[in-house]
Amino acid sequence: MFEIVSDPIDATRVAAAVSRPHAGAVVTFHGTTRDHNDGRRVTRLEYEAYPSMAVAEMRKIGVAACERWPIAAMAIVHRIGVVPVGEASVVIAVSAAHRAPAFEACHFAIDRLKQVVPIWKKEHFEGGEVWIGAQTGEAFPSGSVAPARE
Amino acid sequence: MRVRVLFFALLREKAKVDATDWELPADATVAALWRDVVATYPALEPFSASVSFAVNEEYRDRDCRLHDGDEVALIPPVSGG
Repeated sequence: MFEIVSDPIDATRVAAAVSRPHAGAVVTFHGTTRDHNDGRRVTRLEYEAYPSMAVAEMRKIGVAACERWPIAAMAIVHRIGVVPVGEASVVIAVSAAHRAPAFEACHFAIDRLKQVVPIWKKEHFEGGEVWIGAQTGEAFPSGSVAPARE
Repeated sequence: MRVRVLFFALLREKAKVDATDWELPADATVAALWRDVVATYPALEPFSASVSFAVNEEYRDRDCRLHDGDEVALIPPVSGG
């Protein structure tokens, strides 16, 4: 399950999507709106996506994770629009026979999502708003224009 | 040839456009498209180093050659999650 949604994420549904009889571990990650960032008091986040490509890139993360770890399934659901403080913008669920690969694959998935999936957050704070990541330096840490392929 | 250009996030706000068709010479590259876009929307010039590009939903670098009907996304640094 790799989806972009506009409503609050049903985390139970995301976890259920990866449930398998042979998987003894299900790890879930919720990324939620934090009330502070860089010394600013954050009032809400607002997300925008290139939806078709975002889903494709999320699915590629799932494929990459399956190649690297013995996991059973992965699901990623990202919300767009306004995400209030405390609510989840993204939920990732990973199942595996055993917990170590499930934890590692889930960690990889959120790290990778933040590098390559075409979704952007606009932070609304007391006193203004700013697009996160909109620096004028290099786009990717490696310095290359496109992200490295796993 | 004609391509579809999509603007996102800060680029969309600065250019005040989210999508538009763009006429280019045959065999134009992504780099040529970007130069053209900046000439039309000078407010985007400061983002020249940090913008990435996708052609038909795949990341491509600036020397990628475009074809008629391609969909090109102008992708500022991403910040999902």
